[in-house]
Amino acid sequence: MIPASHLDTDVLIVGAGGAGMYAAIAAARDGAARVLLIDKSLVGRGGATVMAQMTVAAALAEESDDDWRLHLADTLDAGRGLCDEPLAAALCEEAPIRIREMGEWQVGWARRDSGRIAQVAAPGHSRPRCCYVDFLNTGPAVAATLRRQVARVDAIRRLSNLTVTDLVVNDGAVVGAVALDSARGEPVTIAAGATIIATGGLTRIYRRNSASANMGGDGYALALKAGAPLVDMEFVQFFPIGHLAPRLVGMDPIMWDPFRYKLGGRLLDGAGREFLARYGSDETDAYTTPRDIASHAITKEVAAGRGSPHGGVYLSFEHIPPAELRAAFGPVIERLAKNGIDLARAPIEVSPIAHYHMGGIVVDQRMASPVPGLYAAGEAVGGANGANRLSGNAIPEALVFGARAGRAAAAAKPAAGWRDSAAAEAVGQVRELADGRGGDVPASVLLEELRALMGDDVGPLRSAAGLERALGRLGEMQAALGRVDVAPGRVCNASLADWFELRASLVAAEAVTRAALSRGESRGAHQREDFPDSDPAFALSQRVVCDAGGMIAASLGR
Amino acid sequence: MKTARLRVRRGGEGDAPRYDEFAVPFEDGATVLDALVWVRIHRDPSLAVRYSCINANVCKECTIAVDGKVVYACMTRLVDNRTMVLDPLPRKLRLRDLVTETRPPRERLG
Repeated sequence: MIPASHLDTDVLIVGAGGAGMYAAIAAARDGAARVLLIDKSLVGRGGATVMAQMTVAAALAEESDDDWRLHLADTLDAGRGLCDEPLAAALCEEAPIRIREMGEWQVGWARRDSGRIAQVAAPGHSRPRCCYVDFLNTGPAVAATLRRQVARVDAIRRLSNLTVTDLVVNDGAVVGAVALDSARGEPVTIAAGATIIATGGLTRIYRRNSASANMGGDGYALALKAGAPLVDMEFVQFFPIGHLAPRLVGMDPIMWDPFRYKLGGRLLDGAGREFLARYGSDETDAYTTPRDIASHAITKEVAAGRGSPHGGVYLSFEHIPPAELRAAFGPVIERLAKNGIDLARAPIEVSPIAHYHMGGIVVDQRMASPVPGLYAAGEAVGGANGANRLSGNAIPEALVFGARAGRAAAAAKPAAGWRDSAAAEAVGQVRELADGRGGDVPASVLLEELRALMGDDVGPLRSAAGLERALGRLGEMQAALGRVDVAPGRVCNASLADWFELRASLVAAEAVTRAALSRGESRGAHQREDFPDSDPAFALSQRVVCDAGGMIAASLGR
Repeated sequence: MKTARLRVRRGGEGDAPRYDEFAVPFEDGATVLDALVWVRIHRDPSLAVRYSCINANVCKECTIAVDGKVVYACMTRLVDNRTMVLDPLPRKLRLRDLVTETRPPRERLG
C-alpha cells in the first residue's frame, strides 16, 4: 500500500479562525521553528471570527473608570456561578493587551474625534467597554489583520482544505493527527510535538444558527475520542434576536444587536404587544436584557402561539425617525434596502439562533488539556464563560487563549513519539470511504435531520421527554453511520466530507444532550421546562467523558 | 412556491462538458447558494460547491459563474421559472463541479 502523505511539525494548529491564527503567531513568536496551521475550509476565511459583526469587550478604560477586575465581575455574573475563574480572569486581564495590539496592527478600531478608541455599552457590562470596527465589520477586519500577520511569519506553514478526522494517541499522549486532504480525497498523517484544537464551537448542529459551514463540533469529538474531558457542554448560547424574515443575504443573521445598542428597538409579539416585562426584564430606558433571558422569553412566546408568521417575534424600529436610523447606520441602510427591508416602515422577524458554545475542552491556565500534547484555544475551550457568555467576550477569548496556547505549545516537550501503527486505523478509514460506498441514505440528509432534532429537542427550552427522544434518535443515527451512502470520486468529494462531519457532529450532539438531561435545573442558557428554577445543588460544572465502551457520561465536578 | 431551474456544470478538469438540470422550489429572496445547498440535501449529495459563511458574504469562497457572469452564489437571487446556467470560475483549474482551485499556492498540499 502506498503510504499516506506525511507531514512533521513542532506545533499543529487545527482550525484557522481567530484563535488558531493567533496561536500560530504566538507559537512562532515563542520560538517554535515549525508551526502548521490547517483548516478544513480556507485559512482565515471560515469559522466564527469572520462572522463577528460588532462588539469586542476589553477594559481599556478609554471612556470610563474601567478595570479588568470589573470586566471579570461582569463575566462571572453572566456565567451564573459556573465560570472557571482563572480562565475568566485570564480573558479579562489580557484582553486590553490583545485589543491594543490589534490596533497597532491596523485593525481599524472605531475612534472618537479625540482619537480615543470608542467603547460602547452592551447588556451585562457595568461600563461602556465594547469596541468595534464600524459598520458591522469587526470580525472580517480582525480576520484580515490576523491573516496579514500570519503571512509575515516564515515559521508558519498554512494549509487549506485539510480536515482532521482523528487525533493520533501514542502511550496516552496526542502525537499528531490524521487528516483528509479533501481536494485530493486522500489521507495525510501529521506528526506534531504539540497539537492545539482551535476548531470553534458546534452551533452548526442547530437548524437556526449564525455559524459558518465548518462549525460542526469537530474539535469536541476529536478531544473526547483522544481521552480529554469536556465541560459545560449543556450550555449553548442562543442569540435571542437572530434574523428570521424577510430573507436577508450579505449580512450576518446576528446583525441586529448593534442596532439595538445604538437605538434600542422594541421586541413585540405576533400581535404587536411588548412582552419582555413579563419575563422580569425592563427595557423602558435601554437595551439591557441578557441573552439567556431574551432567548427564553421569545421561545416561550412562540410556544404559546403568540409568535410572528415565521415562528419568531417582531423587532421594530418604526418609532425611530428615518434620519436618525440613517445617521446611526449609514451604508447598512442601503444593504437592507437591497433585501427589501425598510426599518422605518415595517418590523422584521427575529428568533433565537445558536450562536456560541460555552462548553468545551477542559484546560488549565496554559490551555493544556489533561491529555499530554493536547491544547485548546478559543471557543473550543470550555469553562471561561460558565452558563452564559457576556456579549463581546468571544473575540478577546480567541486572541487571549490563542496567545496562551501558542506560547505553551511552543515550550512543550513532546510526551511521546509518532508511531505509524497508532494512525493506521484512522488512515484506513479515510481510504475505505474515499472511493465511495453504497448505502441507504446520504450524510447530507442525516445532517439536516440532526439540525432539526437539536433545534426542537435540545434548543433554548428543554424537557426530559425531548432530551430522551433526542438521545434515542442520536443513537440510531450513530448506528446508521455504517450504512451511510458515500458518492464515488475522490477529488472534492462533498459527501465524503459530510460523512466525517456527521460522525463528529453526532458525538458533539450527544455530549450536549447527555449533559442537558443530567442537569435537572434551569441556569443561564440551559432552560428546562420541567425544572424552571435554579437549584443550588447544581452550582457546579458537569464534565463529559468518553469511557472504554465509547459511551459518553456526564458527571458533576470541578 | 416558485421554481428555479439550474443547469449545473459537472465533473472536473479534462472531463467532457456535462450539465445536470435541477428544479428547485424556493421562496422569495432565496439565492443560488440556497438552491445548491437544497440540491445537496434533496437531489445529489455529491454536488461539489465551495462555501463557508452561508449567505453572510464574508468568506468570499462561493464565487462561480452564473449565466457567464462571475458572482457570489450567496448574493445572487433565484428567478422563478427561468433557467440559470451555473459554471465554475473561468480561467481557474477545475477540481470538481463548481469547485475551482482558489487556494493560495502556498496553502496547497502536494
